[in-house]
Formats: sequence, structure tokens, C-alpha cells
Amino acid sequence: MSTDTTVRPPVAANASGGPNTPRKRSRANRSAWLRVLEYGTPLVIAAIWWFADELGVTTFFFPSLETIVERFPEVWNGTTLVRDVVPTLTAILLGFAVSCIAGIGFGLLLGLNPRVNEFLLPLLEFFRAMPAIAAVPLFIILLGVGMEMKVGCIVFAAIWPVLLNTTDGVRGVDKTMLDTASSYQLTPYWRITRLILPAASPSIVAGMRVALAQSMVLIIISELVASSAGIGNVISDATGKFDLVAVWTGICFMAIVAFVLSKLFEMFEHRILAWHRGLHGREES
Amino acid sequence: MIDRIAIRGVGKTFDDGRRPPKEVLRGVDFGVRPNEFVSIVGHSGAGKTTLLRVIAGLETPTEGSVEVDGKPISGPPREIALIFQDYGRSLYPWLTVNDNITLPLRSKHSAAATRAAEAKKALDAVGLPDCGHQYPWQLSGGMQQRVAIARALAYGPEALLMDEPFASVDAQTRSDLEDLVLDIRRQYEMTVLLVTHDIDESVYMADRILVLGGRPTGVADIIPVDLPPERDQLSTKSTPEFTALRAQVLKAVRSSKEMTEKSADNTPESVSVS
Repeated sequence: MSTDTTVRPPVAANASGGPNTPRKRSRANRSAWLRVLEYGTPLVIAAIWWFADELGVTTFFFPSLETIVERFPEVWNGTTLVRDVVPTLTAILLGFAVSCIAGIGFGLLLGLNPRVNEFLLPLLEFFRAMPAIAAVPLFIILLGVGMEMKVGCIVFAAIWPVLLNTTDGVRGVDKTMLDTASSYQLTPYWRITRLILPAASPSIVAGMRVALAQSMVLIIISELVASSAGIGNVISDATGKFDLVAVWTGICFMAIVAFVLSKLFEMFEHRILAWHRGLHGREES
Repeated sequence: MIDRIAIRGVGKTFDDGRRPPKEVLRGVDFGVRPNEFVSIVGHSGAGKTTLLRVIAGLETPTEGSVEVDGKPISGPPREIALIFQDYGRSLYPWLTVNDNITLPLRSKHSAAATRAAEAKKALDAVGLPDCGHQYPWQLSGGMQQRVAIARALAYGPEALLMDEPFASVDAQTRSDLEDLVLDIRRQYEMTVLLVTHDIDESVYMADRILVLGGRPTGVADIIPVDLPPERDQLSTKSTPEFTALRAQVLKAVRSSKEMTEKSADNTPESVSVS
């Protein structure tokens, strides 16, 4: 973009009805091609996988997509949806919510008190660096195999990225913006809700994205290791019976759950950081 | 008559405990009368902004005090609104123009209807009646600075402090904003302190000019501007009185700068910290 020497209006350059230079046209062609690749590649891969039986490339361990989809409704029926999917989703959402609320709360406290932060930072960095999965067996002994254990495992992994990113974001709030707040005598409530949290929000949201991914890893791990019900539990049971098609349906189901949750998060992010995109787009043009 | 803003023997030394302490201001004495427009000029690095920040209550003076309406201040006084050079960072990009303007009022628990009326009145005063629902980054630089002025007006201060408010806009916008501030000052009967590095601007806008200089910085000169209160970009700036004043201010700034350099030569330790 920056190599373009022509001066363009700050409003959407693609939509402008200006003259079509060859350069612009080639860029448009390229983006059309990218679009085809973007949506075409997964379709082609899915098609090859679907017809893998006919192509003769499936094995016992890698069944075709057709076989998996045929088994899908049998494995994920009304019973498993209630018994396994609901607890898994509940644990993810609960664990993620607790991580975000506690992470933002403590992160805010640390960010606003640089002394405490300096003192605790090495410890926090240590916890973030530690693979939380290692603590799953401990949580099982402490909390059993139910919801408390799953939520505990998720929070133990997902709180750190939110907490540390919140602290970072809070400490990085622009000096002039803070001076403005002081100069207009904003009370702590308004200062935090209208200045510090929004200013830190790009950093906080980035931490939340990591936390959501962590939540999904930890729920499956904890359910695989020990649990009475859950998506991971279904996968683990099928593995015990060497029913690999059922295992694959579990993997696919979890992939769909993960995909939907990250899309929902993307929508949330898009909404909450609309100002950031607007500001950024303006600075780039 | 009590000064609206009295600066009494203000000194400011920055000492972060790591580098050698740096004395920026020493013994600054000045009084701003109610409804007076004072420009503060001085060579770059003279501590104009530091003085303004002390008056705004954002920095605590290490010596002396600042009084607003006879009462010494501790922290930003309610009677003063500050306008920053960097409007892009003083307006909050996640709030609409209206929300930016009403935020200080919300913090003061004023009623929603009052706030809306104040915001509308302020936006009308700065000539942006229809921009309330836009975000600051959707506006041009000059318009953003108008919004910052509107926010200050809605706050209902007695005095406006402006820190090089027009330094980041183009020349045409700049003269428009200068006239806007003069209008507002008349309309709202406001006391204004304007820090600027532009000599023309300092003369055109002000009733008096405070020239800062020396090291550490003190009052180098106080120059009254005896021009008629009605100012016009063309006719005022072409009068011989204006030209004479401009030369006088320029001379004062230059000599204060030479003074600073000379004192810097005599005290080598202050060179190392500059």
C-alpha cells in the first residue's frame, strides 16, 4: 500500500470510482484469486477426504470423511448431547468467563499499582510459562472428576494471558490521555471504565483470545485424563474400544465447537474494537 | 482586584533519583487578571509547557504556589480547563464526540438532559453542530481540536489553558482556530493562557505577553499588547503597531535565549543535563 505514489482519498479506496490503472486491476485480480484459494482449498481437501474410500487411500486409522459423517449421528445423539456436550460447553464457558473476570480484575489492580506489579511479575511470568496441563492430575486429586475440576484446570491455564495482558495494557495507557482525565477531575470509576479499560482493550482482547484457545485445550485434556462425562470422555471411551471412526467423530465435533467459539469471539472482538480499527485505518491512509 | 491566576515564586526541579536533578523553573511570579488573554512565549526548551502544567495542577511546584481566585491549588482546579497540543491523544477514540464532551460532566453527576444541552451548546459554539455522533478519528485535525475546545467549554471553567493548541494544524485552519478562540473568549468572558512558539500568534491573540527565558527559566519580560480588542487577521496584522510589537517580542525572546546560553556557558554542570 505504502509503495503507491498516487494520493488517494482516505475513504475506502477499493470502492472509489476512480480510473482503473493497470496496477489496481492486477491487484483486484490477485485478491479474486486469493478469494478462490481461500474458499476453494478446504473444499478440495474435504472432497478428496470424502471420496478417500474410492481413491483407495483410507486405512483403519484414517477413515474417509464419508464414513465419519455416516457414523456422526450415531455417536452424537440426543443422549450424548445432553450427557457429554452440555457439560463440556458449560465448563469451557464457565472457565473462560471466570478467567476473564478474575484476570481483568487482578490485571487492573496490578497495572494500577506498579510497585506490586514489579514485585509479583517474575512469579506471574513463571505461571504463564508453566504448561498448566502438568497440573491436571493434581486438580483431579484435589477436586475430583466433575465440573469443579474441569473449570479449575481451565482457569489455572487461561487466567494468566488475560491477567498479564491486562496489566500490560493498563500500564501502557497514553500519558496525555491520563493527563486529560486528571485535568477534568474524572473520578476513579469513570477513569477506569471510560479510559483505562477501553485503552487497554486491544491488549486485553488479545489475551482473551489466547485464553479461549487454552480453555479448549484444557477441557479436552482434563476429560481425557479423568472424567465421568464430556466430549473428551466420549473420545477416550471410543479409544478404549479401538473404535477409530467414533474417535474421529469426536475430533471433528470438537473441531466444530472450537471453530464456532472462535468465530463468536471474532464477532465480539470486531464489535468491541471497532474504534481501534477505525483509528488504525485512518492512520494508515 | 484579585488575580484569577496568581503564580507566586514558582520553581520546579525534576528529580527522578537516577539522573542529576534538573531545575526547570525558578522564581516565576506572574498574575493573570480575570478575563485577560495572556500569551506565554519563550525559546524552545524554556519550560513553557512545564509552567502551564504547574498552573493546571498536573505538576506540583517544588517551590512557591499557584493560586486560583486567591485559593492555593493542590491538583487540577475545577476552575481550569486544559487544551493539549495533541488533540489526537487527548480525545478518547473509543467515545463519540458527544461522549467525549460529556464525560467530565458525567463524572460530576450532572443530569443527562443538562449534559446533552451543554454538549450541544458547546458544539454550536465551536461551529460543529452536527458532529456529536461521530468519532474523533472521523474528523480532520482542526475539527478534532474544535471538539477538544468544546469539551473544555462544556466543563464550564473560568480559565482556559492552551498548550500550543494550533501547532499541529495547517496555516488556514490555524488562523480560523485563532479567531474561534478569540470569539469564544469574548462570548464566555473567559481568562485564557496560551503557550505558543509563534510570535505573530502571541501578539495577535493576547492582551499581555509573558516572555520566559534564562536557565533555570524565569520571567524575562512582560509586554502589554496595546492593540484594540477587536482583532482581524488582515487589518490587525498589517498595522504598524502590530509590527512593532512583533519585533519587540522577537527581540525579547532572542535576548532571553542569549541570556540562557551565556548562563549555560558559565555553569558547565547545567550543560550536561540539558
